[in-house]
Amino acid sequence: MSSPRDADAMNSSLAMTETFRHASDKPISLAVLAMGGQGGGVLTDWIVALAESCGWCAQSTSVPGVAQRTGATIYYVEMLPAKDGKAPVLSLMPSPGDVDIVLAAELMEAGRSILRGLTTPEKTLLIASTHRSFAVVEKEKPGDGAGDPNAVIEAAGVAARRTIAFDMETLAAKHGSVISAALFGALAGAGALPFPREAFEKVIAAGGRGIEPSLKAFAAGFERASGAPQPEILRRSPAKRHDPLPAAPSAHAPLNTLIDRIAKEFPEGLHPLLFAGVKRLVDFQDPAYAGDYLDRVAVFNALEGTTGAARGFALTERAAKYVAVAMAYDDVIRVADLKTRSTRFQRVRDEVSAEPDQLVYTTEYMHPRAEEIVGLLPASLGGWIESRRKLFASIDRLVNKGRRVQSGSVRWFLPLYLLAGLRRFRRGTLRHRHEVAHLEAWLELARRYAEANYDLAVEILAARRLVKGYSDTHARGLSKYDRVVSALPVLAGREDGAAWLRRLVQAALVDEKGAALDGVLKTVASL
Amino acid sequence: MAERSFAREVQDLKIGAGEEFKGEGILAITKALLQSGVSYVGGYQGAPISHMMDVLSDAAGLMEELGVHFETSASEATAAAMLSASVMYPIRGAVTWKSTAGTNVASDALSNLSSGGVTGGAVIIIGEDYGEGSSIMQERSHAYAMKSQIWLIDPRPNLPSIVNAVESAFELSEASNTPVMVEVRIRACHVHGAFIAKDNKRPTFTLRQALENPSRDTGRIVLPPASFGHEREKIDKRWPAAVNFIKERKLNERFGPESGDVGVILLGGMYNGVMRALQQLGLADVYGTSAVPLYVMNVAYPLIDDEIVAFCEGKRAVVMVEEGQPEFIEQALNTILRRRDIQTRVCGKDVFPRAGEYTAPVMAASLRRFLELHARPLLGNQSPLPDPSPVLAHPKVKALNEVVPARPPGFCTGCPERPIFAAMKLVEEELGPHHIAADIGCHLFSILPPFNIGATTMGYGLGPASASAFNVKADKRAISVMGDGGFWHNGLASSIGNAVFNKQDGVIVVVDNYYSAATGGQDIMSSRAFNGRRETNNSIVEAVKGVGAKWVRQIDRTYDVGAMRDTLREALTTSEPGPKIIVASSECMLNKQRRVKPLFAQAAREGKRLIKERFGVDEDVCTGDHACIRLSGCPSLSVKHTDDPLRDDPVAAVDNDCVGCGNCGEVAEAAVLCPSFYRADIIYNPSRWDLRLAKIRGAVIGFLQRRREARRIVFAA
Repeated sequence: MSSPRDADAMNSSLAMTETFRHASDKPISLAVLAMGGQGGGVLTDWIVALAESCGWCAQSTSVPGVAQRTGATIYYVEMLPAKDGKAPVLSLMPSPGDVDIVLAAELMEAGRSILRGLTTPEKTLLIASTHRSFAVVEKEKPGDGAGDPNAVIEAAGVAARRTIAFDMETLAAKHGSVISAALFGALAGAGALPFPREAFEKVIAAGGRGIEPSLKAFAAGFERASGAPQPEILRRSPAKRHDPLPAAPSAHAPLNTLIDRIAKEFPEGLHPLLFAGVKRLVDFQDPAYAGDYLDRVAVFNALEGTTGAARGFALTERAAKYVAVAMAYDDVIRVADLKTRSTRFQRVRDEVSAEPDQLVYTTEYMHPRAEEIVGLLPASLGGWIESRRKLFASIDRLVNKGRRVQSGSVRWFLPLYLLAGLRRFRRGTLRHRHEVAHLEAWLELARRYAEANYDLAVEILAARRLVKGYSDTHARGLSKYDRVVSALPVLAGREDGAAWLRRLVQAALVDEKGAALDGVLKTVASL
Repeated sequence: MAERSFAREVQDLKIGAGEEFKGEGILAITKALLQSGVSYVGGYQGAPISHMMDVLSDAAGLMEELGVHFETSASEATAAAMLSASVMYPIRGAVTWKSTAGTNVASDALSNLSSGGVTGGAVIIIGEDYGEGSSIMQERSHAYAMKSQIWLIDPRPNLPSIVNAVESAFELSEASNTPVMVEVRIRACHVHGAFIAKDNKRPTFTLRQALENPSRDTGRIVLPPASFGHEREKIDKRWPAAVNFIKERKLNERFGPESGDVGVILLGGMYNGVMRALQQLGLADVYGTSAVPLYVMNVAYPLIDDEIVAFCEGKRAVVMVEEGQPEFIEQALNTILRRRDIQTRVCGKDVFPRAGEYTAPVMAASLRRFLELHARPLLGNQSPLPDPSPVLAHPKVKALNEVVPARPPGFCTGCPERPIFAAMKLVEEELGPHHIAADIGCHLFSILPPFNIGATTMGYGLGPASASAFNVKADKRAISVMGDGGFWHNGLASSIGNAVFNKQDGVIVVVDNYYSAATGGQDIMSSRAFNGRRETNNSIVEAVKGVGAKWVRQIDRTYDVGAMRDTLREALTTSEPGPKIIVASSECMLNKQRRVKPLFAQAAREGKRLIKERFGVDEDVCTGDHACIRLSGCPSLSVKHTDDPLRDDPVAAVDNDCVGCGNCGEVAEAAVLCPSFYRADIIYNPSRWDLRLAKIRGAVIGFLQRRREARRIVFAA
């Protein structure tokens, strides 16, 4: 097929390649991944100024668009010295697989750089802050929607030539500065750019405000990046606190009795969890109430008896956790109690980092409905009202409105304080009757299946996590719980019944209305 | 006042001949205008050209010195019409906007302008908002150049080329009596670079001279028979004049070897991308040396047939590198070559993708495909192109797809638009879902999680207009949203006037945040700030009443979610005929913070008594269902994992960026969520009375707390 014409063509083009003298220099390419408002622009400007101050040509570009409004943004920089008066022709966008340095101002943005192919094992130095700033899709989930940080670190392990990752947000904050300064320091400390540390610092000093803190944060970032790597242990959530049983007896005899019961009646592995439960319930009501808690858990401990050990006492463990949560339900009394404690007053001061010479007053946003008010009444009276919808509705019209409670003023603190004082009558209230009824029905359900299908019973206990929140949210939680357990008749006989129930609970936590849940329920029905 | 101050950039605009200008592309263009002796500048802000408008309005002093009139036009149509000052008088004028969105709005005036033609240089700087980072529909402005015969310059994306393009544009316009568009893409607008400046020029012929010595020529007015003459004049006179100028001034460039049996024809804007691709293919180096002949069209329209023919002759094949579609230039090349019976193969969208941005990998892969087809030996034993696919295929990397969340732009911390959509969500809880017509502006973020509100967007200020068909008897009404920016741009007439005139039985929400916020916080008619050079503080409510709206509600604190919800409910259920208009006003928080933060800090230093509000969550009251977040999405309202062994899910938490806007509390109250939220009022420099009161309160409350805590049975910590 090769005609003489083609042949000439090839010769001529070969000739062309030979005559072409090809300079092999390549610019240093650097990408900054940040979220709008994180100062990625400032950092980019610093890097450009740095290169120019050292006599290099530098070009930066970005595509902010509307992304300055909290969205993820990429800034791109290329730098190279001019050669015999010829300025380099630099690219306005990164080539995936051809980026030398990636700076990520947040952990998931580091992940994004990997997914976009900007971070590659042959060349890329990845400098990332390991702190998390959750995206809306992560935090809007009714359950825990947070992405797994270790997935990013794992991926970086295979995707980057070298990774420098630590929490630069906290580091910068410690020095009263912002993350861009710490990142700039890490970049200098990594020694990936042919510019001296002084040049970096000059650039910061030439800037406008906050020079001192910026230099401090820069230095801190520099030390961390240049020093020996100190890998951080990243976890989606911090390790749960497991306090051991107190060795020394407490001043209160009833508390000691509780401790002794835990020690004697329950497997050792569960002591910290039971202790946490007991603490919660003593705080919620009183030692006797915590005693009832241990009784309820003991039933399940007895149920699994000696066989439990082999299964890690899963049944008792779930009971210990969720019975405590269920018994310490969120009623008006508890909220009033929590809001009026001195420890809470102090915590607020700390949270808003108030100076000693400043005063802090809090306003609570409360919205009581008839349910809450009637729930406070003695069970008989409350029940009587509840059964009369008209009366109930008129009470609701009376009370159902938002109230701004200035808990720091005496005239608002007092009523809250008195409400909290109703604690001693709690066992008699309508709300308590409802809660106990639901609690017992739930535990009865677990007990019923425990014999035949142990794993299923374990998951039944765990399903109680769906019941949470206040008013509508609480109602929605209850309905989700009911829909989940409605599948039990189908699941009871199945080997994989427990697995299915777990799936149902997970699905219920995916979205508010429970659309995902309904999907799985359909599948279950078709089993 | 814009979100960002350009005081430093204004100094850059003052530098004189021989000094080096360092900065952003769009600011280089601004400097180029002043170096060209421009008499007037107008435009409508929008990425990527907002900074040009912002720096010019911050540069008022300098503009007065130079005798340049600068105007923030009401819309792109206004800006285009402004160019008619250059029709009869030798006055240079420039306008700017985001394209194609802005060009669409301006097209009426542009057609008239280009029909009659111009005397003074008329230049349109268009920020081509195409590809990554773009916020608009993906189209080419090229079509406007062709249909109206406006010349289109598309310079290489480096500052010297861009500046030269702007300066030549004025001369080209005058040489051919035709308006000229200078197209700069997003990245070029934001590219940092340097060029050697010239002195700024005062206009030789001033607007004042024109006003005082008016002249007219019916031959320039678009009316028959003149309009028929214009079309012929375009072809017979203006076009050849332009071609000659472009040739003489060598606006298009040749790189690489003189001869070769293939060549690349590219638009100026594509140059850096093509060079990087050739470099990766081993056919160019980073200093601009190329082994392949390049013909760079810095002028995308008109094409210079002779140059094209000269470049193509003797070549087996050429490839046309033009981004976006249709492939106008590729088609034109074929016509040109066929007419002269030149058999050079023309490639383009056969090796390049028909649609989408020409990213680095696309550029390299497509040019390689071209060379493989027509000059295989050139490629030689090339080193492989950069390719991340192996690592992307790694299971650990694939796993990231499940983990890395999408992070689109959204409402800022404390944004006053958030509570509006929270309220809308609450109303939909009661009355069911509605058809909601959205508009252009920050409020369009409502279509994203957590709000997921909004069905269509039809253009700036056209939200209510886009709901006008739904003006029939039904059990539900359409809701339409429009920002204050869109309202003054086009909405008052096209949406409100139309709704009133046609008795549109729908709900119209005008989101009034005191600025054109999405484009960078520029002042508009209804801005509440005092602006010495503009007439602000014009009420939207009075405007809509002025055009005959009857049912109008003003909400002056959008954060009042309860009121917002109740007003929406009333609007959706009232029996009143005609449009139900709700004007929801609160200041853009981004701009408000920029305004008040320094003042607050100053006052605090001076020892003035101040109250700072911020919100918090009582973590032991919060049950971690995140209902509050589903009605907010505020960046400073996030979740926090606890070490409590009895908890499964993270609790809500407010970080220190909180500006105390109130949305959290209002939503918790209106939606009856939970009592976890609190507002903390931090009193700076408390007065003597504050301290005395605090003392008394502390005594009483402290006593009660101690009393209860003494009785409380607790485990020793």
